[in-house]
Formats: sequence, structure tokens, C-alpha cells
Amino acid sequence: MSRAARLIAIGWRHHVRNLTASRFFVVTSVFLPILLSTVAFFMFRAGAREGTLLYASLGAGVMGIWSSTLFGSGGAISWARREGTLEVLVVSPAGYFWVLLPQTIATASIGLYSLVATLVWGRLLFGVPFAIAHPLAFVVSIPVTVLGLGMLGLLMASTFVLYRHANALSNMLEFPVLFVSGLLVPLSALPVWVRPVGWLLAPTWGMRAVRAAALGGNPWPPMGVTVGLAGAYLTLGALFLRLFLRLARERATLALT
Amino acid sequence: MTAPVIEVEGLRRTYRVSTGAVRRRTLEVEAVRGISFSVGEGELFGLLGPNGAGKTTTIKMLITLLVPTSGTARVLGFDVVRQSREVRKRIGYVFGGDRGLYDRLSGLDNLRYFAELYGVPPREQKRRIFELLDLVGLNGREGERVEGYSRGMRQRLHVARGLLHDPPVVFLDEPTIGVDPVGARELRATMAALVSAGKTVLLTTHYMFEADALCNRIAVIAKGQIVAEGSPSALKAMVTDGVVVELEAYDPPPGGADALRRVPGVARVTVEERDQAQLFVVQAAAGFEGTPELIAALGDARLTRVATREPTLEDAYVALVEGASG
Repeated sequence: MSRAARLIAIGWRHHVRNLTASRFFVVTSVFLPILLSTVAFFMFRAGAREGTLLYASLGAGVMGIWSSTLFGSGGAISWARREGTLEVLVVSPAGYFWVLLPQTIATASIGLYSLVATLVWGRLLFGVPFAIAHPLAFVVSIPVTVLGLGMLGLLMASTFVLYRHANALSNMLEFPVLFVSGLLVPLSALPVWVRPVGWLLAPTWGMRAVRAAALGGNPWPPMGVTVGLAGAYLTLGALFLRLFLRLARERATLALT
Repeated sequence: MTAPVIEVEGLRRTYRVSTGAVRRRTLEVEAVRGISFSVGEGELFGLLGPNGAGKTTTIKMLITLLVPTSGTARVLGFDVVRQSREVRKRIGYVFGGDRGLYDRLSGLDNLRYFAELYGVPPREQKRRIFELLDLVGLNGREGERVEGYSRGMRQRLHVARGLLHDPPVVFLDEPTIGVDPVGARELRATMAALVSAGKTVLLTTHYMFEADALCNRIAVIAKGQIVAEGSPSALKAMVTDGVVVELEAYDPPPGGADALRRVPGVARVTVEERDQAQLFVVQAAAGFEGTPELIAALGDARLTRVATREPTLEDAYVALVEGASG
């Protein structure tokens, strides 16, 4: 295995173990999908169109992935600052990019559980139907969406390194992105000026791909856009991280004191 | 001195601090004010100073965590600003306190992850980790979560982490702070073993006896400036080659210290509060025989102890730091 692949694989395992060892994270992970599936059910029950409940349930599931990703980018950096691990990681010879990349993938992939749990709770509590139009495309669209969200998390995290209050910033970003990406309500229902913002966000395209695969439609073009955006986020994230780490070293913001 | 491994030239670091919620004011605090020193291969060099003297800021610049405001620093010939990647590959960093570890994971999990980040070859990782667990005395406890470790155990885990990639240069920032005496003694033995193994060590501490026992050379730092540099014995001699008289007194007269300073042969007087008593530490010239005059200078004070001894590094340190305070 190459050095980069090892750093990603071992980093991913390390961050998954560290996060799942947190009682707070585990309790949140158990209750959030129930909350999300309930919100989705009550919001869309009134619509009463065929396929609407699954449409909403999938949106709620991807919301769970997004919440988890934000926790990984903003929350985990704040946590590392508090624990004092941020400085140790920054001066490690591998470089902080190789810490952050598996960390954001780990939190996004933990969010996968949220998607599955939301669908299961939706089915058990509210009888949300689970009929998938293109099973193969659906299976592919999920990791693609996780990748897209994870890379958006990486892009955001690269800027959070500079700020001591990254946690507050990540909390602020949670709901605007949910709305602008059309996870909760269709993009067409939002003001026209908001839509271009949504087009720049991978969750928008990942969501489209997942819904097209589940409900019918062509999921491959939105999947392609998601992968393209993930690549762009990765490149920008690496550049920003370099810049902001330099600024953090100049401004002494890597430690709390 | 052997070839310099760490070279510091006119290093300065200023912090900007903002105060006030409505009317924001930005203040500039000079933490390190143009210090210069060098450390040779295989040396254990101590940076000794009180809290807030600039020790940690200096070490953070050398390990590439902070960019200096001005001046230069090189480690093994690599510039800490422009060649930070090269520096990071070759240094180990251990800091004091119980932070900097993944508390929810085991000691072994911590070391495995850092071994990967530090580029320890996969085949060597297991052997290296258990070698270090042996060195720091954590063998058998590696499977427990770090949150259950004592402070001393955490500190030893820090040491093991800092040595995973067998770096030739090790920075130790107050590694024994808060550790119980037995644990601290074991850590000092580990530090001495590092130097025996040929590593170059830069140690910051505010424990004089620690610097005295371990360091080949010491730089005393106060208010961001180096006020003295040399071997422990040279530093002692720099302040006084005479004697120290200690007088423990209850109810000394006001201005007792000034009265002691006026006694012929007295070079310096410091006062330490001891519950209800005061301890006057008088540094005097060699051959000083004015102890009766010292007792007389304290008037009606009730003296519980009068002792004469050789000067220690602590006396030198207190004198240097107080001298820097002006």
C-alpha cells in the first residue's frame, strides 16, 4: 500500500474509533435520525404525492451525513484545540492535510449510518415506502455523495484551522447549506438568486443523484458533477490549508493559550 | 562545543492581543526579544526561566509551530520557517501537562497513529512502539484508555510519542511539570539516557535542580531575553563565588532587607515568605565573616535559624531573574 493510501486508511480507522468512543457523539447519532425522520414525515405528509415520503426521507438522511461532516470539520478541530492535539498533529512530518483528509472522510462515512437509520426509522415509525428504482446506481450514489460532502467539509475545515471559534462557525453553516442544497425543500421552491449558490455545493448534486437513483431519473450526470466538485474542493482545500496553516503559525491561533 | 545542531540568531516574537468588547484595542506583547544561542551535537541545553519568560514561545518557534517576528533559527541546518517540513522530520517534541493525547483511546492506539504520521516504516512500528513502552515504563498498561492514566503516565506516553521516529533532536518543554517526585526522577533518567544515546536535547524548565543535574549548558531567560548563559558551575560563579547566609526570622523590623544590604561584604539579599516567618537569603563575598552584623541588623526579630552554605544554582537563578526585573 502506498504511503498516502496508508495514511488515509489508518487515519480513517483512527478517527472513526475516536469519534465512536465519545458517548456524546454516539447518543447524538442514535437520536438525530429519529428526529430527522420525524421532521421529514410531518413536513411532507401534507404533500401526499406518490414518492414524496421517500423523497423527504432521503433528504433527511443526507442531512444526517451533512451534520456529521460539519462536526468532523469544525467541531473536531475545536476539540483537537481543546485536547492540545492540534499542535502535535500540525508539526507531524506527514503534514496536517493527511490528518484532515481521513478525518473528514471518517465523519462523513459515519454519517452513512445516519442515512440508513433515518430510512429505517421512517419505515418503522411512519411506514415510509422503500422501493428503489435503480438499485445499482443507488448503491454507487451513496459513497459518491459521502465523498462530495466530505470534501466540502475538508474545504471548510481548512479555514477553521485559523480560527479558535471554528465550532461556532460550523454550527452557523449547518442550516443554510441544508436549505440551499435542496435537502429539505426542493431547490425550485427557493428564490431564484439562491439557486446558483446551491449549484456550487456538492450536497445539491449528491442529493439529486440519490433521489434520481431511488425515485427514477438519470442519476449519473449529477453523480459526475458531485465527483467533479469533490475534486475541486480537495484542490482548493489543500491550497487553503497551506495558506491558513501559515497564517495560524503567524497569528499563534493553533493553541488556545 | 561540537558542530551546532540548533542555531538561533536574534529571534523575536511579538503577539497581538485584543482587549475590550466594544472599543477594541490591540496591544503588542513582546514574548521573545531578540535571543541568540546555539546547541551542539549531543548536548543537553537548558532554557531556564520563570513562567512567562518566553521559554515555550522560543521552543514553539524552533519546532515550526510559530513563525518568528524577526530573526532566524536553524535546526540541523534547516531554516524553521522556509524548510519546516525538513525540520519536522528530524525533531521530536514533548511538552508538559496532560493535554495533547487522544484521551478516549488507549496508549497503544495513540502510539500507532502517531507512528504512521511520523513515517515509521509499517514493519518496524510494532517493535518500535513496544521498545518505547519499555523505555518509559508503560509496558502492560498500553491497552488502557489514556483518560484513566495518571499525570505521570500521560507524560511518559508523551515522551514515547516524541521518540517514535527516533529523531536526532528532541525538544522537551517542561516535561516534569506536575509529575510526582518519583515519576519526575524517572523522567530525568530517561532524559539523561537520550543524551547518552547521542541525541541533542533542548530542555525548558523552571526547576533549577533539574537544570543543574541534567544540562551541559544553560541559558537563563527572563522577560524574553537571555540574561546569562554557561555551564551550571559557571552560572553559579557568575553570580557569586562567595557564601550564602540564610536567616529565618519572625517579626523582622520594616526595612530589614535594606539593613542587611548595608552590612559590609553583602552582595545581594532576597526575601522569601515562609508562613508567618521571613527567610532572608544573603549572598556575600568569599570569606565573609559578618554573620553577627547580619543578626544585629535584624534588631529584635526572633531568629529561628541561621545557616551558612555554598551558593546553589537557584541562588544564581534568582539573582539573574531579579536583576532582569530591574
